Amino acid sequence: MSRQAHGLRAWLLQRFSAAYLVVFLGYLGLHFGTVPDLDYAAWRSWLADPLVNLTTGLFVLSLLVHAWVGIRDVIMDYVAHSGLRVTLFALVALTLAGCGLWTLRLLFLAVLV
Amino acid sequence: MSRAAPRPRFLNLLLIRMPVGALTSLGHRVSGILLFLALPLAAFLLDLSLQGPEGFERAGQLLRSPLLRAVEILFVWSLVHHLLAGIRFLLIDIDIGVEKMPARHSALLVNLAAPVLTALLLWWFW
Repeated sequence: MSRQAHGLRAWLLQRFSAAYLVVFLGYLGLHFGTVPDLDYAAWRSWLADPLVNLTTGLFVLSLLVHAWVGIRDVIMDYVAHSGLRVTLFALVALTLAGCGLWTLRLLFLAVLV
Repeated sequence: MSRAAPRPRFLNLLLIRMPVGALTSLGHRVSGILLFLALPLAAFLLDLSLQGPEGFERAGQLLRSPLLRAVEILFVWSLVHHLLAGIRFLLIDIDIGVEKMPARHSALLVNLAAPVLTALLLWWFW
């Protein structure tokens, strides 16, 4: 795949993930903006709902993709030193993978119990 | 012919006079980085909130603590600015608001609407 096609793919991924993030955040805002006094049981059963669980999982994946492309672009723009650049790429990738696995595991467990 | 001299670089952000769209764009980047940095905290709070009623209560207490309230102001502004500026960029992608004056107006609108919406959201959710 050529460099240009690579850039195009990142550009497209950024926009498709953005669209999903906006829609899901809108849903979150409407849902939690109108729930009076959320308690543990309601919070838990909301996350255990299969549709909510699945769409939240998709939200996490979209967020990982979106954050990776965005932060990668910022690093490529401002960090010229290649050693530092690779180190930062690794730190960001590790952070995203860690947060992603952590969150997806929580979602998975929430649907089991 | 001799080689051209290296291009001058002038990247002192405090001295560059930025048009309003540049501020929107810079804000989009800064807010994106802040949102990324908030991810571990968000994952931690989600984890805590799912550890039984006590954990849920504890997460709520943390969210109401002064330190996290300060973080939340920054977080909500970042989210709102990033969203609005992002939607503006998507519209520009499909040729809406590309001309100079509409682009300036939409940039100003984003820059001003973000703090206003942040205040409204915090007023509603706190």
